[in-house]
Amino acid sequence: MSAIGEVVRRTWAMTRKDVTVELRARERVNAMLFFAALVLFIFNFALGPDREKLREVAPGLLWLAFLFTGMLGLARSFQAERENDCFEELLLTPGDRESIYFGKLAGNVLFMMMAEALILPLFGILYNLDVWAQLPSLALVAVLGTVGFSTIGTLLAAMTAHLRAREVMLPLLLFPLTVPVILGSVRATEAILSGGGLGEVSHWLKLLAGFDVIFLVACPLAFEFVLEE
Amino acid sequence: MERATRLAPSFGAAAAVMLAVGLYLGLVAAPPDAVMGEVQRIMYLHVPSILTAYLAFFIVFCASVLFLWKRDLGFDAVAVSSAEIGVVFTGITLATGSIWGKSTWGVWWTWDARLTLTAILFTIYMGYLMLRSFAEDPQAGARYGAVLAILGFLDIPLNHFAVYWWRTLHQPSSLLRPGGPSVAQAMLVPLLVNMLGMVLLYTYFLLRRVQLEQRRHLILEGRLKRGRRG
Repeated sequence: MSAIGEVVRRTWAMTRKDVTVELRARERVNAMLFFAALVLFIFNFALGPDREKLREVAPGLLWLAFLFTGMLGLARSFQAERENDCFEELLLTPGDRESIYFGKLAGNVLFMMMAEALILPLFGILYNLDVWAQLPSLALVAVLGTVGFSTIGTLLAAMTAHLRAREVMLPLLLFPLTVPVILGSVRATEAILSGGGLGEVSHWLKLLAGFDVIFLVACPLAFEFVLEE
Repeated sequence: MERATRLAPSFGAAAAVMLAVGLYLGLVAAPPDAVMGEVQRIMYLHVPSILTAYLAFFIVFCASVLFLWKRDLGFDAVAVSSAEIGVVFTGITLATGSIWGKSTWGVWWTWDARLTLTAILFTIYMGYLMLRSFAEDPQAGARYGAVLAILGFLDIPLNHFAVYWWRTLHQPSSLLRPGGPSVAQAMLVPLLVNMLGMVLLYTYFLLRRVQLEQRRHLILEGRLKRGRRG
């Protein structure tokens, strides 16, 4: 029991550190929020003002905005450590490396959810969609999708931080691996926005939850191998 | 491994013979398909390619697990070699499938479940190869590659469900299905001969590619030693 308590305590310390850094420097969240707004803006030019057409592709657009914005945040999570030469110190912290992983993951999920909390209402306004009626269901899908995307994303961010061409490698590796999350989230969102209840999308929710559980177990184990020096 | 490498030419020769026989049987001797006609003969290349690619990716997974466990760069050489060959065979599958699709469905590409899954597989392992080429330190590259290969393997069943719920149009597998193959005898024989030929070809490529990888390691080691002395 105390072992679990210890992991939770270290994870919390790690997350708190990331949030504190973010609160002081504000380099990640500000960029993410502005980028998110820009993405919604640009989509409109790409697709034209036809309201009916936009309504049809809205769930896909919404998730593209979520994922592109999330990607920005993920890429920063380990690069910042590297640029400031903090990687070694991170590795010297006592205890299991899992806590570093879970701490970083919690931070990444938190920042991505913040961006989503801005994107969703803005999206509703710009594209004339009623997102408020279905908010709890949409939030559930968003949480499941965001956690799934971030589990693999956090691990790959740690991995690609050490590579040449790290900026291009993260999306190239992350998007193919998260196809189940993308498909599941978009399809579930589509059904919910067109008035379906949670029962209608239960198979997608199960898939997302299954993805989350599998990679919440596998990624911390794999993280050990990534961080070895 | 050395002994296996010495066997490489025999595997190459066996593959050439089997494929020559198989292609003759498939392209000339076998009857054309009742519905699809002559174009269906592309199956004799298409089906063995994808099954060989699956085998190659399964070996990448096994070799990656063994590498993380034993830390022997020999296993990593097998993993990276097999991944490269698997990508080539997947590419052949996508290309032949496209040609087949154009004449039977009327389109080069459609977002059918199997096509999509194969394309996802292709992108995952292309990413793997890019990752390998960008890693500077061979030990770190091997570790990253192994981790990615294992994640990719875990991802396959999830992709499978996601894509099947999304859509399906492809004819179901005629070889790997409950109740035995559903292919006529005259078509089954050339198919199996080609299948065997492809697996032999894969083995030949793998042995040669692993040999190449080991020589690369030797050169790198030599450079490191010289660097230390100088």
